[in-house]
Amino acid sequence: MRNKEISFWLFVLPALFALTVVVFFPFFYGFYYSFTDWNGLTATTFLGLENYIAAFQDSRFKDSIEFTIKFAIASIILVNILGLGLAVLVTQKIKISNGLRTIFFMPNLIGGLILGFIWQFIFISGFDAVGRLLNLPFLQGWLSTPETGFWGLVILNVWQYAGYIMVIYISYLQSVPEELVEAAEIDGANIFQRFWRVKFPLVAPAFTISLFLTLSNAFKLYDQNLALTNGGPFGSTEMLAMEIYKTAFFRYEMAYAQSKAVIFFILVAVVALTQVYVNKKREVEL
Amino acid sequence: MFKQKHRSKFLFSLVGILLALLWLSPFYLMLVNAFKSNFEIFNSVLAFPETFMFDNFKQAFIDLDFINALTNSLIISVGSILLIIVFSSMAAYALSRNKSRLSGVIFLVFVAAMLIPFQSVMIPLISIFGRIDMLNTYGLLFMYLGFGSSLSIFLYHGAVKGIPVSLDEAAMIDGASRWTIFWKIIFPMLKPITITVMILNVIWIWNDYLLPSLVLSQEYATIPLRMFYFFGQYTKQWHLALAGLTIAIIPVIVIYFFAQRHIIKGVADGAVK
Repeated sequence: MRNKEISFWLFVLPALFALTVVVFFPFFYGFYYSFTDWNGLTATTFLGLENYIAAFQDSRFKDSIEFTIKFAIASIILVNILGLGLAVLVTQKIKISNGLRTIFFMPNLIGGLILGFIWQFIFISGFDAVGRLLNLPFLQGWLSTPETGFWGLVILNVWQYAGYIMVIYISYLQSVPEELVEAAEIDGANIFQRFWRVKFPLVAPAFTISLFLTLSNAFKLYDQNLALTNGGPFGSTEMLAMEIYKTAFFRYEMAYAQSKAVIFFILVAVVALTQVYVNKKREVEL
Repeated sequence: MFKQKHRSKFLFSLVGILLALLWLSPFYLMLVNAFKSNFEIFNSVLAFPETFMFDNFKQAFIDLDFINALTNSLIISVGSILLIIVFSSMAAYALSRNKSRLSGVIFLVFVAAMLIPFQSVMIPLISIFGRIDMLNTYGLLFMYLGFGSSLSIFLYHGAVKGIPVSLDEAAMIDGASRWTIFWKIIFPMLKPITITVMILNVIWIWNDYLLPSLVLSQEYATIPLRMFYFFGQYTKQWHLALAGLTIAIIPVIVIYFFAQRHIIKGVADGAVK
């Protein structure tokens, strides 16, 4: 019995130790210091909720929350529609489907920072050139206004994650029994009916996963934001993660930044838990 | 009906090809412009280069300190993934086989950690590791073990459940220790999930920018970090910036070309479970 316990702890402790030191200890440590005037090294006074009250009155912070939520909504809708569309397309038993899958997924292997730099060139020079060629003035001056900065980030994000979400939908679409689709076909269902009435309900669990993934990705986005717009022009495209980073490492207001980080955690956790709960409930009812 | 099926397949292929070209167009523009002079980029972005300026790549390669950056990236990715695989699989095995309440709680703790975004612990983490003088490669490997263990243990846990306990018991009767049972019998059977764990963690760690930017000094910079310094240096010189980006992407594309089936399958398995 003793021996069994010792070997249990030997197996579990290294990973548990790393998780505790890297995630849980800093989490609670930071939580405590977010109520003080901590400067990264020491804290002298306990401030209570002062940092939190200041955060909710901080227009930059509020703007970044608003921007992040707008970005998340636009991304979730577009990524999922496109991801599902691509999945349906590459599961049509066409010869090139494997090659298509490879291409659509490719952006996900490359880091957000590098993709952001590539797209900076595409938006500034590529869009401009196409705009001049086809005489479309709205393609000019991208990333120089808040609107084009916003849509630039959305386009980059959709281009990158649609292929990722596609992979998830594919694995569900392929688990739909072939006989079911054939039976519907014999009964005279057309391609749209076969999709919406037969496949779609069976693919529902994929939505739980995909919505959750796109939402948490959108909330935590940093690298793409840094490389594509760096929050510009004039801080108008600063997302939550970047705002927290700048508060801490540009303005050195550590305790204040940590209070924003705690609010960020609550936002991400609440959204994630709600979504899992709602989707699980819906699946059961179905 | 047959004819109609044929036509819809043709249509699907056509749409697929057009979309694929659209998807690849950013890479195309990056590549053709990486061969141009800055002047030529200014005048014609979309055209094929008039003359191929291989010097762009030469200079970008040197300024990126690419060999050094690649070595640093390899050390960090390989090192942290080995740590994650060894310690996550061991922990998942013990947590899955031990049915006590405590074991269940520890597993829940690992899963719950997935809810905590990196930015919520970033500031105290850097402060703590700075104090114990661990803002270096070793510290970074340890951090990756901490951040990577949750998802990896979750994936391994599910896979261990699928291996019958009778296998452990039979080996136990033969006098094998837990350590031997795990490494000789269980771990080899976990190979498919090990590949998934490896792929998911490589994609994340190889491309990670934020964490290493806070931990590593310039001489130990990984490829994304080096790319960031390099890009800042060449803001108005797209020909060099694009050549640098192309160089940074090449290792990834080469590996993807050979292992794309495994990679896509790994990502799907990791996300769906």
